Amino acid sequence: MVLGNYKSVCSARSTDSGILSGAQDGGIVTQLFAFALEEGIIDGAIVAGPGEEAWRPEPIVATTREELLAARGTKYTISPNMSLIKEATRSYGLDKVGIVGTPCQIQALRKAQLYPVAMRDVPDKIALAVGIFCMENFPYAGLEAIVEDHCAVKMESAVKMDIGKGKFSTYTERGAVSQIPLKATHKYEQPGCHVCLDYVSNLADISTGSVGSPDGWSTVFARTKIGDNVWAKALAAGCFETKPIEEVKPGLELVTKLATTKITKNQKVLDGRANFGLRADGSAKALRNPYL
Amino acid sequence: MPVREAPVEKPDLKPHDVIVEKKVEEESKEEKPVVNKISVGHVHMSGCTGCLVSFADNYEGLFKILDDYADLVYCLTLVDVRHIPEMDVALVEGSICLQDKSSVKEIRETREKAKVVVALGACACYGNITRFCRGGQWNQPQQESYLPIGDIIDVDIYLPACPPSSQAIRNICVMAYLLLQGTDEQKKLAGAYLKPLMDLAKRGTEACGCDLMVDVINQGLCMGCGTCAASCPVRAIEMVYGKPQIDRDMCIKCGACYTQCPRSFFNFDVMNQFESITEIINSAMGKGGE
Repeated sequence: MVLGNYKSVCSARSTDSGILSGAQDGGIVTQLFAFALEEGIIDGAIVAGPGEEAWRPEPIVATTREELLAARGTKYTISPNMSLIKEATRSYGLDKVGIVGTPCQIQALRKAQLYPVAMRDVPDKIALAVGIFCMENFPYAGLEAIVEDHCAVKMESAVKMDIGKGKFSTYTERGAVSQIPLKATHKYEQPGCHVCLDYVSNLADISTGSVGSPDGWSTVFARTKIGDNVWAKALAAGCFETKPIEEVKPGLELVTKLATTKITKNQKVLDGRANFGLRADGSAKALRNPYL
Repeated sequence: MPVREAPVEKPDLKPHDVIVEKKVEEESKEEKPVVNKISVGHVHMSGCTGCLVSFADNYEGLFKILDDYADLVYCLTLVDVRHIPEMDVALVEGSICLQDKSSVKEIRETREKAKVVVALGACACYGNITRFCRGGQWNQPQQESYLPIGDIIDVDIYLPACPPSSQAIRNICVMAYLLLQGTDEQKKLAGAYLKPLMDLAKRGTEACGCDLMVDVINQGLCMGCGTCAASCPVRAIEMVYGKPQIDRDMCIKCGACYTQCPRSFFNFDVMNQFESITEIINSAMGKGGE
């Protein structure tokens, strides 16, 4: 169950060269939202748009293809996309909201739908939730340290960052590639990520990430009825090229392996938190467990 | 699209709506083979009626709830009943003024007569804005001490926020109905759904934006999703470098941010079923799928 429920999985990439050119991998998220926007499946989407500082994303409500395109590519730091979820239905007046998020953000979204205590009119307006694969995230200052100190690249000069094959890579506009072992980045990880038990956005309508697929392609899970429906429509419209997941390398095996690694590691963290402190009688004093 | 009039020869059969309605009925019968409605009362203490308005803002959903699931047996604004009657569920809005004898008497009476007491909204749960009262106001200057109902009686379920959303109240109504009148399976689901809200009722009667610092960030659990910022009714929370920054002078102590935070509680047994639960609630409310 580490991969969650899903109706279908495949390897895919966008057929739109304009989207692919600035995409992280297969351009799945941008293409899906662009298609959904065009078809009226969504009125807009909350995405990680460009912020004031280089590589510090700001969540935006994108209501045009241009805004979506401007938000292409992975930023390895926090974009609090959920902060706009109510605003999207209020100030922006959207009735059908799209949102992309990390697994934790999609969890937050589902909680907001099932327990919408402070989420007036939000639950019924979520039209498409796209989740991305995520091992962990970095605070902005952490990413800065990785890119500027370890990779020796100025944030402003970086045009792409990528994690894969055990390395963190920074690409510059002049074509240089600076790589460091992923191990060196671990200490900059956001602490809150270490209690996360979801790698592939189990609760999204559609989830996607590079892991499992060849370079330039993404692995895509269609999970819910909504997700399955939108995915089928997008395929029928010719938005994506696909390959059966069984036929690509490294395939689902790697996704399963990484998901298991993450969950096992973080379950240990949670177990450790239960025995973190010590009471006078010698028994354990626990840190708070969010899942109880 | 304008609906075409049915031909005159068949006056009984109107086209579309009737058929759709029948479908829904059949569906609901399957899922809820139960006839007994539960009795619900709205008890109004020191609050602004905003929570009741939020309940009413379910619009036709309110009628559906009152038609099929719950009899409103007490509600100063909507029902002509003077004394608190026996009831299954009491939704209490507002905090209790210690200097108002009838409030104190009525909240005790509510506990005696209701099987389940729900603190509806932030004033009942945490005091909310009434926490800031210092008395001296016209025309009851001596009324200066307001307490969340949980400081006076035992409360079973918390539904914080100012006000709790219409959909949250709707979900609670459906779940409370399933818990009291559903099949065994439905009872189990409703129990699991309501558990975190029962736990909140045990957690205490104080809330503040500080909870995000104390119980989430300080505990190493915040991952910067921004849900708290979206849930704050007074926009006192801003996300700064991926963490909530709380304007504590603005905070009205409603508890919305902490309750909505995915790291305050997150019950996988319920969340993993989000799709089917949404379907159950939609079908209960007469909103079919495709």
